[in-house]
Amino acid sequence: MSGKPKLTYFNGRGRMESVRWLLAAAGVEFEEVFLETREQYLKLIQDGDLLFDQVPLVDIDGMKMVQTRAILSYIAGKHNLYGKDLKERALYIDTYVEGTMDLMQMILTLPFSLPEAKEKNLPLIIEKAKNRYFPAYEKVLKQHCQGFLVGNQLSWADVHLLEAILMVEEKDPTVLSEFPLLQGFKTRISNMPTIKKFLQPGSQRKPQPDDKYVATVMKILKEAMYYSI
Amino acid sequence: MAGKPKLHYFNGRGKMESVRWLLAAAGVEFEEELLETREQYEKLLQDGALMFQQVPMVEIDGMKLVQTRAILNYIAATHNLYGRDLKERALIDMYVEGTTDLMQLIMMFPFLSDEDKEKQCALIVQKATNRYFPAYEKVLRDHGQEYLVGNQFSWADVHLFEAILMVEEKKYDVLSEFPQLQMLKARISNMPRIKKFLEPGSQRKPIPDDKYVETVRRVLQMYYNVKASV
Repeated sequence: MSGKPKLTYFNGRGRMESVRWLLAAAGVEFEEVFLETREQYLKLIQDGDLLFDQVPLVDIDGMKMVQTRAILSYIAGKHNLYGKDLKERALYIDTYVEGTMDLMQMILTLPFSLPEAKEKNLPLIIEKAKNRYFPAYEKVLKQHCQGFLVGNQLSWADVHLLEAILMVEEKDPTVLSEFPLLQGFKTRISNMPTIKKFLQPGSQRKPQPDDKYVATVMKILKEAMYYSI
Repeated sequence: MAGKPKLHYFNGRGKMESVRWLLAAAGVEFEEELLETREQYEKLLQDGALMFQQVPMVEIDGMKLVQTRAILNYIAATHNLYGRDLKERALIDMYVEGTTDLMQLIMMFPFLSDEDKEKQCALIVQKATNRYFPAYEKVLRDHGQEYLVGNQFSWADVHLFEAILMVEEKKYDVLSEFPQLQMLKARISNMPRIKKFLEPGSQRKPIPDDKYVETVRRVLQMYYNVKASV
């Protein structure tokens, strides 16, 4: 029995991807259990492993943690990625991470939207990235010259922003064209050893969701999920 | 100058209500700047006070904090309502995330069309009864303690209390199968600060009405329809 965290989720990005990113950035090896059938999911519920009948589920340090933000906060806190004090945490990391979460949430739900909603939502997401979120982070980087969003070391906020940037670029490769500091940030953070490793083929990073992924999730959860912004 | 925190939001519950609850539970007096006009909102934008152009915004300890969770985390941590260590905090985070999800369903309610409202109301009661309340009932039953985490009052208890009251507004007897939650509710209702916040004249906001919806739409120029979760 290894001491590695164990991640239970579908074989795809979804809400678990940010957890994979953060563990990778922290240099923490982890195992994964992929949900492929409804039976597996029902068994988890029967075993009482899912507090709210939902995944992500992360088995870590003797806890069966659910709720993505709780999991991420715990990992960040444990691995010195949560700032040096309460004010740094509140004013910077929590605030910044909430912004990138809002942005990534829009992309996350896109594959599960009704077709007409998908068509409408994607340009809206790009617009929000370019007009609301990226300008905010560009401004942060302009205010100091430390290379990281918060303080002078890598934090959860940096990892999360890099993940968000890459996700939006997959939808529009030119999205950073007006944001020189974010371009520099992207290059710099991507080149950090643990992140570089995670970006290489063969890592546990998951590809963009496809129809098969969507079908698997819907089959397992049997929930009709239609999102609209 | 360590003045009172100042809350910037509409004159209604929305995302700010959890902040009001937590400050009240912590015994912290606060001021409110209520957004009534588009001009007020645009001034906040121009002043650079809103990092993502959104409210809630709370001025506290020299910071202009946005993003509800960042605000709540900070208040909880600075008022000894966030557990004693990382693991207790992890539990509080998990529980608060659950009540947030539940309250989010209720929060969007006033912005739905009438027919969606009916579906949403049923969904809120169903999720509360089948997913969320059973989870918290089990937590309390399993450890037999008076509060959700670490045998002491925390943010998780305040947040759950707020959620219970909100769901009860949709179905008054929703706690009938949850004896532990009934006891928790009674216990928390009787805490002096909570009792005070529950009294008329406190800064607690009423159930959102059409006037509130109209104000939000006008100030944010948010005229699209929100879709129900079903």
